[in-house]
Amino acid sequence: MSAPTDAMPRPTRSGWLTPRRTKAILKRVVLYLLLAIVAFFFAGPLYILLSTSFKTMPEIQAGGLMSLPHEPTAQAWVTAWGEACIGITCGGLKGYFGNSMVMAVPAVLISVMIGAINGYALAKWPFPGARFVFAALVAGNFVPFQVVLAPVSVTLRTLGLFGSVEGLILIHVIYGIPITTMLFRNFFLSVPNDLIKAARIDGAGFFWIFFRIVLPLSPSVIVVALILQFTGIWNDFLFAVSFSNPSSAPMTVALNNLVNSNFGVKEYNVHMAATVIAAAPTLILYILLGRYFLRGMTAGAVKG
Amino acid sequence: MRRFLQRHVSQVALSPSLALIAIFLYGFIAYTAAVSTTNSKAFPRFDTFVGLEQYWRLFHTPRWHVAFTNMFLFGGLFLLVTISLGLLIAILIDQRIRAESFFRSIVMYPMAMSFVVTGIIWQWLLNPTLGIEVMMHQLGFESFRLDWLTNPDTVIWALVVAAFWQGCGLVMALFLAGLRGIDEDIWKAAAVDGIPAWRVYVFIVIPMLAPVFLTVVVLLSLSIVRAFDLVVALTNGGPGVSSDLPSVFMFDMAFRRTNLGLSAASAVVMLGTVLAILIPYLYIETRERA
Repeated sequence: MSAPTDAMPRPTRSGWLTPRRTKAILKRVVLYLLLAIVAFFFAGPLYILLSTSFKTMPEIQAGGLMSLPHEPTAQAWVTAWGEACIGITCGGLKGYFGNSMVMAVPAVLISVMIGAINGYALAKWPFPGARFVFAALVAGNFVPFQVVLAPVSVTLRTLGLFGSVEGLILIHVIYGIPITTMLFRNFFLSVPNDLIKAARIDGAGFFWIFFRIVLPLSPSVIVVALILQFTGIWNDFLFAVSFSNPSSAPMTVALNNLVNSNFGVKEYNVHMAATVIAAAPTLILYILLGRYFLRGMTAGAVKG
Repeated sequence: MRRFLQRHVSQVALSPSLALIAIFLYGFIAYTAAVSTTNSKAFPRFDTFVGLEQYWRLFHTPRWHVAFTNMFLFGGLFLLVTISLGLLIAILIDQRIRAESFFRSIVMYPMAMSFVVTGIIWQWLLNPTLGIEVMMHQLGFESFRLDWLTNPDTVIWALVVAAFWQGCGLVMALFLAGLRGIDEDIWKAAAVDGIPAWRVYVFIVIPMLAPVFLTVVVLLSLSIVRAFDLVVALTNGGPGVSSDLPSVFMFDMAFRRTNLGLSAASAVVMLGTVLAILIPYLYIETRERA
């Protein structure tokens, strides 16, 4: 419950500014002042990012971090998207944006599907040892992935998938199992068992109940899982930098290479535009689906 | 066969996942642990068994010392800043304010950003020739200095402020949910007794949030051990190796210095650190439920 402090005392007969009322107003002023500082700290960087991306280089070098662009130009965006040099190729970010999409979309769909089936099996078709299986799968959420990097690299080379988008999809699907399984299992526990029992008596099978009864009851958890996995996979850097090559690199790797390369003149406006482009898909998801987003983040915070 | 499948359909559906996790998680952890007992360089070679020598070597490597110490330094500061300010912001937002969802969204949107994006944003803001420092000079504060990125003694603060910016939203949301779960009668009783709000917070509400604190500490600690992208994008471990973290050390040894044995040992130490955080937490959680 909210702290019910500072309910504004009504004006009394003795006038508007009684000492009590003055104090309450002062408290409110301080409260909103603090909130303004908080808002400035969190929103300021995004504003600076956007305004800088529309400036010209001479204007950036003249300072004025917080100022709006004098002559707004989208040139930096055009360069970042289609012309900027990343490594030895100068085709901008568009190819890497494509890599990230081609990687993230199938990886998200497959891992959410697997997690849903696993969660359903564990929650609604229990068997001796189901709790142990659940614990063994979910423990994967806590493992720092550094401890599997070298063997994954060897495995991907053996399979001929090292440096390919397919290899990254495979890895994201496998290491997505613990979190998606946990998310769905915990949600499906709340689906009434009677529904399942009734359907089983009518002769319905495992998958029929899954697709016809359980999934239609769970749109919210599906959205949460999709957001969580998309954000995690789109934003991943560790697997991306370890197992991709220059032609299959996702956005995070390309962005880091663009901004932190030591070659050439640093075009900060291009860097800022590139950063916005890299952040845009997950940011848009957040703006559109904030409520689900928070649920996903809370569930996913344990993830490796 | 068909009857077996029908009877054990649940196990059959789970078995591919279980097999994948058994190999790619538990098998690979064992593999890395095995590599850490060898003198492998560019490729894993199990005929070069050296026992625990890599661990001895690891803790005698100055760079690992910096990285390992930094993990605790960064971790301690990050926990302190994020928990205290995250709680404070949650309390501010909980004062029946106008436009609450607006303020909540502003604190939380950085969660959607990757650590690479976060690192680049703060690298720009902390850039001494173009960022906040110049802005302050132009505002008339000529002596203002913000040299976190170029000063090995304070570079850890650059990591802390960027990680806080990205992670505060989640912590704030968890605390806000905790505050909203507290019985309203407590506030009414306190108001009747004339107890000032800050005392209610310090002596009643915050102690009641103990489970949230535990969750937050564990979540943040796990993210500290794994922190990697942020360092790569923001400081790349520099100046020198002053902002190195175990994950960066591990990556460098594995993929750039071709010292797989040492890298595996550092990865196992990271896993050990996670277990040292997790086992007491799970112990407390299960004991409380019993």
